[in-house]
Amino acid sequence: MTPANDTIRFENVSKFYGEVLGVNRITLTLGPGITTLVGPNGSGKTTLMNLMTGLVQPSRGTISVLGLEPANATQFFCNVGYCAQFDSFPRGLTGFQFVLDGLMLFGMSDEDAHGLTAESLERVQLDAAAARRNIAGYSKGMRQKIRLAQAIAHHPRVLVLDEPLNGLDPMARAESLALFQELGRQGMHVVISSHILDEVDRISDRVVLITGGYLIAQGNIHEVRQEVRDKPMQVLVRCNSPELLASKMFAVNHCVEARLHTDGHGVFVRTADIDQFYRVLNEIAVEGLVKIEAVAPADDNANAIYQYLIGSDGSAA
Amino acid sequence: MQQAFASLIGALRQQPWALWWIQFRRFARIEIRRNLFTKRAWWVYFLAFIPVVIILLHLLIDTHRGFNMSDDTQVLAGVVQLYYVRLGIFFGCLGIFSRLIRGEMIERSLHYYLLSPVRREVILLAKFFAGAVSAVVVFGSAMIIDFILMYVGYGAAGQDYMLHGPGLGQIEAYLLIVVLACLGYGSIFLLLSLMFRNPMPGAMLLLGWEAINPVMPSLLQKFSVASYLRHLMPVSVPAEGVFALLTVETEPVSAWVAVIGLLALITAVLVYSCIRMRRLEIRYTTD
Repeated sequence: MTPANDTIRFENVSKFYGEVLGVNRITLTLGPGITTLVGPNGSGKTTLMNLMTGLVQPSRGTISVLGLEPANATQFFCNVGYCAQFDSFPRGLTGFQFVLDGLMLFGMSDEDAHGLTAESLERVQLDAAAARRNIAGYSKGMRQKIRLAQAIAHHPRVLVLDEPLNGLDPMARAESLALFQELGRQGMHVVISSHILDEVDRISDRVVLITGGYLIAQGNIHEVRQEVRDKPMQVLVRCNSPELLASKMFAVNHCVEARLHTDGHGVFVRTADIDQFYRVLNEIAVEGLVKIEAVAPADDNANAIYQYLIGSDGSAA
Repeated sequence: MQQAFASLIGALRQQPWALWWIQFRRFARIEIRRNLFTKRAWWVYFLAFIPVVIILLHLLIDTHRGFNMSDDTQVLAGVVQLYYVRLGIFFGCLGIFSRLIRGEMIERSLHYYLLSPVRREVILLAKFFAGAVSAVVVFGSAMIIDFILMYVGYGAAGQDYMLHGPGLGQIEAYLLIVVLACLGYGSIFLLLSLMFRNPMPGAMLLLGWEAINPVMPSLLQKFSVASYLRHLMPVSVPAEGVFALLTVETEPVSAWVAVIGLLALITAVLVYSCIRMRRLEIRYTTD
């Protein structure tokens, strides 16, 4: 059990914008590591993040982040960094000034603030020449990077990132994901909302699925997938004789679908009973008629879970 | 009672005042830079320095033929009371102070400050201070230049009037009026910008209220910036027609009562603004 001062807690939190529902009755506890918020547009992901950081206040319920509340701004924001989705900046600032101005409000010395600014710009890989230019002339990817630099500059323990991969090219995306992964490994709480599920899926320790303001599921991706019992699990088996394996699998009751891989070196099997499936697969392997090279779940990723629980393709959401 | 007071004092002492003070100064520095040295500030300079240009033309073209210092003193008093207090500082403060919070919401950049480790009250007060300093610097310097240009054409007599005569007291009074007008209007416009998406209708209502305030009952006159400032004018302005409404003193009060009354009004407005600031939510889509 993670102690309360090391978790992000939502207790029966609801937020209404007038008569419009933001989120409803959310009870959630997030520990250290990377958490991905998954849901379609307007599902309440940004509202959750804004609630977490005090930009909006709950209509009902309580929220605490590491045992702190946003009302206590001095302590709270020393521990929390938020890279919001709003693609706008105070006017007339260079990237360096933007990060530096934020750090100066922490009460640190000029020297420390300059040092941390340079460090955070280096971490997001924004070069010094670009940092000295006015933000108004930045590309979307650079604006995303400078926002990220500002959010991590003070070394927060909680980092909240609303669509942090938007506007980034594939190389910058990979660099950002590596950075999030490194921060998660260091014990930081990283909360990410993203539409690019395939990519965040690889680094997430847990997912929170939300739609229409309601929490649908939460937990480790594999655990959440196991919970979706009405959707047969799909497994990719790499072997030397996929046709033979497919025919053997069709002979058992729990196998509902077997589809050859396009490269001809594997078969996707859908099974209603994963334990039975592995038992049968073992037996086939022992028979020696089929040489099995690799077995991997094919649909216990965020995108598949999203499709099963929310009903559309996550990449298009 | 004594125990509660002691615990309150104890709690206040435990607050990080030193950090708040550093944050206040740094925040104010950022805001002053943005208020005074950006392109957006040009029209505030324009409002402040229109009379400077007119008085300069008066100095260069009229060369004081047919005028005397007494006339020009009356003119300067009229400029302060009818132009600066009623229009220049009013609209200048509207621009500066309503931009401090609402402008940032329109530009979608306010959240950066609300996500900083600075109490919202400190943010609001630092922004107010920065706005007040900016307005006072612009309008105060314009006022000093107006004053100098008005009398410099009279040579030694003008210099004597400014430095050793009643002029010194008058410029002190005018500067006090500028400071209080900036603080008074500034606090109200800051509050209006917290309350309404578009503070302009509220500002126009305030302009109308300030105009008709002298004919209001005594109690209602307490809720007006201009009514306090009228009591501080060192030179009364004889005005006729509709202008008389703007200069009439219906209930004379002493200068210190006017100053304290206005400061109390400003404090009350700022306290309420701090309460609104604490409840402020970032919802740019609806703003």
